[in-house]
Amino acid sequence: MGFLTLEGVSKVYGGLAAVRDVDLAVARGEFVSLLGPSGCGKTTTLQMIAGLVEPTAGRIGLDGRDITREKPNRRGLGVVFQSYALFPHMTVAENVAFGLEMRKVPRAERDRRVAEMLALVHLANLAERYPRQLSGGQRQRVAIARALVIAPPVLLLDEPLSNLDAKLREEMQFELRRIQRSVGTTTIMVTHDQAEALSISDRVVVMEAGRMTQIDAPYRLYEQPATAFISTFVGKMNRLAGVWGDGGVAVAGTVLASAPADVAAGTAVTAWIRPEKLHLRPMGEGRLAGRVASRFFLGGHWLLTVGTEAGDILVSVPNTGEEPAREGEPIGLDWEPASLRVEAGAGAAA
Amino acid sequence: MNRSVATPLMLASPGAVLFAGLVIVPLVLTLILSFLAYDHGTGIKDSWTLAHYMHVLSDSYYLGIFWRTLRLAALTTLICALIGAPEAYILSRMRSPWRSVFLLVIIGPLLVSVVVRAFGWSMLLGSTGLVNAALAAVGLGPVRLLYTETAIVIALVHVMLPFMVIPVWTALQKLDPMVEAAAWTLGASRFSALRRVVMPQVSMGLLSGSLIVFGLSASAFAIPGLLGGRRLKMAATLVYDEYMHELNWPLGAAIAILVLVANLVIMLAYNRAVEARARRMLG
Repeated sequence: MGFLTLEGVSKVYGGLAAVRDVDLAVARGEFVSLLGPSGCGKTTTLQMIAGLVEPTAGRIGLDGRDITREKPNRRGLGVVFQSYALFPHMTVAENVAFGLEMRKVPRAERDRRVAEMLALVHLANLAERYPRQLSGGQRQRVAIARALVIAPPVLLLDEPLSNLDAKLREEMQFELRRIQRSVGTTTIMVTHDQAEALSISDRVVVMEAGRMTQIDAPYRLYEQPATAFISTFVGKMNRLAGVWGDGGVAVAGTVLASAPADVAAGTAVTAWIRPEKLHLRPMGEGRLAGRVASRFFLGGHWLLTVGTEAGDILVSVPNTGEEPAREGEPIGLDWEPASLRVEAGAGAAA
Repeated sequence: MNRSVATPLMLASPGAVLFAGLVIVPLVLTLILSFLAYDHGTGIKDSWTLAHYMHVLSDSYYLGIFWRTLRLAALTTLICALIGAPEAYILSRMRSPWRSVFLLVIIGPLLVSVVVRAFGWSMLLGSTGLVNAALAAVGLGPVRLLYTETAIVIALVHVMLPFMVIPVWTALQKLDPMVEAAAWTLGASRFSALRRVVMPQVSMGLLSGSLIVFGLSASAFAIPGLLGGRRLKMAATLVYDEYMHELNWPLGAAIAILVLVANLVIMLAYNRAVEARARRMLG
């Protein structure tokens, strides 16, 4: 069974459900991300685990103990807030020592553990600085050190990287994963950034309108999104509306794929395909003809928009050192049949 | 004088003239007046003397009034801090419609003249007033409140409270509410979080509020005048009496200057402490 468990947890604010009937089991040492757009209830879920928000219904368990009604200061979880919430009137060392002080850890041991933790986050030389004298990335590491020094059973991260610029954010993702690996603390991170969730988590939990709609490893989440929303929220996705007819799915008159067996003839279906699963072919070859409408160079790859009878399709072409088709050039598109997913229904817009 | 030097002087001159005319000149005149000799028969004379200062500083009557002024101002400041800081904390934790309502309730009394409020208190605290009627009803008998130091302090606290609440509230507004939550998650009880994390950060507001309350209380005139009565004088009412009843203007001026100096010394010392703290906290 899970180390940290949520069973049927809900939170209702004045008749409005922010979190609805959430079930989750996190294993010891696991890194789990709660991913979703703003207002999906992911931060509320994290705050309920931290004890800052009381659930309306449900049960939260930690290592077999029911902590649903326990005060935050009794839970002993490490929390890193989005704003970092450092104590501005204390030095870095005093900030980190605060949790140990509250636990009445003797002075000598406290100093030793603070020094160890500051070394782990590479801040040993800034111990006597005040938070206002630090950069964003340094503050974030102080917040992590402060949360980890109390050796919490679970570390909760609320959008820890959202206040950092893009370059630093990428560095801190590796840093965060390195620290988490070396300490081995069970970690739950809230984020709205799908790339961040995919890159550092063992499992990703996608939340939509207060519900958890998919809990999976990053790769499976990307390859087999459970809902239309997830397929567009995580990574880029082409969505083609079509009809199931004789011999397969037809999009704008072209047969693209064989349809799933359980779909009746003549029903509307939606076909999904990732941009990187499409290959460029010379004109006349491939399964679908089109014309390059626009072309973006993104360093590692090119992103082409190809106008076809089925609508505009995004195609991602790896940068192999050769320029792909230019704007206005007619081309063909091909793909492995398995990479096209077909679903019944018009495919609710995400 | 070239243009670049003249411009700032010109720009500063209206303010300088106003300040000189309304503050410097009256103060200098009062200072000069305090050194002039006075005779009960003939009035102010044209000779210099230190007699008024000697008289005030050697007479236990005056020293007693000074001591009472300091004591009551300090007591008012302390009570305002004890009531005002929690009040500001509760106010900052209120939700949007109630916060504005209660902020108005706190600031509202400032819209009423101090004299009116002092008369209000004298009606409440009088021997047949509401407070004594209530005390009598529960069998505690009439208590003498009006024309006592207690009455002065009660009314001063009432008048001064907004000057304490507002700076503390402003300091609390700048505080990230998550900082307190962070302290809880690190194992701090509500009380330790308040003491170790919230209080140090609002102490600046508390200290500047204290400075305002102390300064205003020590120089208060209407409240001690109306609630302290003829006998229970404070510094400002004493000066008034010397001028208007004894007609001994130089003595009144000497008292005023002494009160000013005492107030300045206390407030500057206090301000130094506040600034030293601010430097440490804000860098």
